[in-house]
Amino acid sequence: MNIYVLLKRTFDTEEKITLSNGKINEDGAEFIINPYDEYAVEEAIQVRDAQGGEVTVISVGTEEAEKQLRTALAMGADKAVLINIEDDVENGDQFTTAKIIGEYLKGKKADLIIAGNVAIDGGSGQVGPRVAEILEIPYITTITKLDIADGNVSVIRDVEGDSETIEASLPLLVTAQQGLNEPRYPSLPGIMKAKKKPLEELELDDLDLEEDDVEAKTKTIEIYLPAKKEAGKVLSGEIGDQVSELVQLLRSEAKVI
Amino acid sequence: MARKFLVLGEVRDGSLRNVSFEAIGAAKLAAAGGEIVGVLVGDSVQNLGNEMIQYGADRVVAVENDQLKQYTSDGYAQGLLAVIEQEKPEGIFFGHTALGKDLAPKLAGKLESGLISDVTSIEEEGGNIVFTRPIYSGKAFEKKIVTGGVIFATIRPNNIEPLAKDESRSGDVAALSVDIKDLRTIIKDVVRKASEGVDLSEAKVIIAGGRGVKSEDGFEPLKELAQVLGGAVGASRGACDADYCDYSLQIGQTGKVVTPDLYIACGISGAIQHLAGMSNSKVIVAINKDPEANIFNVADYGIVGDLFEVLPLLTEEFRKLKVNA
Ligand SMILES: Cc1cc2nc3c(=O)[nH]c(=O)nc-3n(C[C@H](O)[C@H](O)[C@H](O)COP(=O)(O)OP(=O)(O)OC[C@H]3O[C@@H](n4cnc5c(N)ncnc54)[C@H](O)[C@@H]3O)c2cc1C
Ligand SMILES: Cc1cc2nc3c(=O)[nH]c(=O)nc-3n(C[C@H](O)[C@H](O)[C@H](O)COP(=O)(O)OP(=O)(O)OC[C@H]3O[C@@H](n4cnc5c(N)ncnc54)[C@H](O)[C@@H]3O)c2cc1C
Repeated sequence: MNIYVLLKRTFDTEEKITLSNGKINEDGAEFIINPYDEYAVEEAIQVRDAQGGEVTVISVGTEEAEKQLRTALAMGADKAVLINIEDDVENGDQFTTAKIIGEYLKGKKADLIIAGNVAIDGGSGQVGPRVAEILEIPYITTITKLDIADGNVSVIRDVEGDSETIEASLPLLVTAQQGLNEPRYPSLPGIMKAKKKPLEELELDDLDLEEDDVEAKTKTIEIYLPAKKEAGKVLSGEIGDQVSELVQLLRSEAKVI
Repeated sequence: MARKFLVLGEVRDGSLRNVSFEAIGAAKLAAAGGEIVGVLVGDSVQNLGNEMIQYGADRVVAVENDQLKQYTSDGYAQGLLAVIEQEKPEGIFFGHTALGKDLAPKLAGKLESGLISDVTSIEEEGGNIVFTRPIYSGKAFEKKIVTGGVIFATIRPNNIEPLAKDESRSGDVAALSVDIKDLRTIIKDVVRKASEGVDLSEAKVIIAGGRGVKSEDGFEPLKELAQVLGGAVGASRGACDADYCDYSLQIGQTGKVVTPDLYIACGISGAIQHLAGMSNSKVIVAINKDPEANIFNVADYGIVGDLFEVLPLLTEEFRKLKVNA
């Protein structure tokens, strides 16, 4: 089975966000694999181990994404592809990313593509379905279970808390929701092996894409931080009195009840 | 040029979801006096057209087909593409719901268009429609415009006001017949877990529990309060990881991002990943034993105390209020 994982490098969830010159300040920030993409890597490894085949992890980004790709290789993926857009594209959006990934995957005969349900930075959840549309294959988003037998796929999809059981066939793209699995930590031997696993680096040229082909369909005109919340009122006194006061405040001051 | 926007009316259990009325409100802001066309897709939905009009749509196009009884991205996309083809709108808005999130990127991809997801406000500035949306799960915000193709947007529940319902409004509800075929995914079964109570992302009041709730049963006092206030129960990842509740309740950077009018955090310490999912709520109340807990730094009102003591009193107090009202 020919399995691909879409992996995005993103800010560690512990990071506070600050701006410099109107852009997100990346100096000194820690980066991780987007948490939902960790589920995707884990699932791909499990499917390969059960069915045979190969797991290739793809990331669109800059050279720095190599670190996250190596981590995925250390978890057990077989190959990695870094599509480095640093020199070619200034302002990309989800269309850009999907177009690049789609172009790369055309002709690769992917059986299964696993993406994260959403990136915790950009937060749109668009890239998976857009890639599937480009490849003209079906997709199922926010899955919590994946079973494959003889090319038939049965999936459980989380729909705002409800569970849908869905059947489809390969090739298929799915996006991972929390609960799909427990991603493994890279083992020490895994980390050693990962250093020797193939990591291919490509640029737009290698995909026969021009800058114009991937020009974003949206534009960010401003980034700002939410107004800082002022510290609120911690009540005091007997618990019973605090409760009455709270209800009073919610009615007359906050006016939410 | 007169503007025209489509809005998908999302149907659940035979009724339109509130977020669809909010999406009509959003489209009104974007269209700046232009036309709003409601779109209904399903096996028996045409009867809901009037309600979309009462909430501000000028007219409605309904695609009915047996193949559209359940949502599939293939089926709905065929229906909507036919409507887009007929109407040639400037833009199309969806709720930022499971359905909207699943469907909008496919259509935007097909039409090589820009899609702005999870929109919390809309302004018209110098002919541009400017969308605001959270990034980094609410740790920052960005303003965006669409520069290519049809303007696609998904609207986050609870942020843009719907128009007041006006029962005197009327308009045309037209059927569009579309051949729906080649569905590549088949829904075999649906297990309803969420149906008890209010949906988390649309709830006006959320009572959330953390590890301090201590057990599955520990959620009972939260459920009671939620019931009295007509709200939903949510959770921290701490509570989900400890198996006190289902992951579908998780709020935060890797869970749901919510913006209710009132968020009551019970036994939640206030980790940065949790705050990302709820700190833009209108009013936050924290109940925690530990006066140093970080949750008090974002709370409008705090009670330092045992949640098992505070919650029943609070529920009782609200109950009294309801009886007197
Ligand atoms: C050339 C370029 C320039 C950019 N410039 C800017 C900028 O100026 N400002 C800005 O805010 N953003 C910029 N971005 C980022 C871009 O807007 C989005 O972050 C990106 O398209 C992914 O969207 P998302 O974060 O909403 O991911 P989602 O659609 O939420 O991601 C869902 C899933 O898709 C997959 N995926 C997403 N992104 C990638 C990726 N890069 N590689 C592999 N898989 C992925 C993952 O599996 C992920 O879990 C740029 C991107 C590119 C390619
Ligand atoms: C990649 C990543 C993603 C994450 N994503 C999320 C996310 O989306 N959402 C999320 O919530 N977390 C997330 N986390 C986890 C987060 O870091 C915290 O571990 C988690 O939020 C802690 O949950 P908690 O507040 O319930 O538990 P704790 O931190 O253990 O806090 C429990 C609190 O309960 C109080 N308490 C105990 N007993 C009582 C009582 N009887 N009455 C009143 N108060 C009491 C205690 O004083 C304490 O403050 C993520 C972590 C990582 C690494």
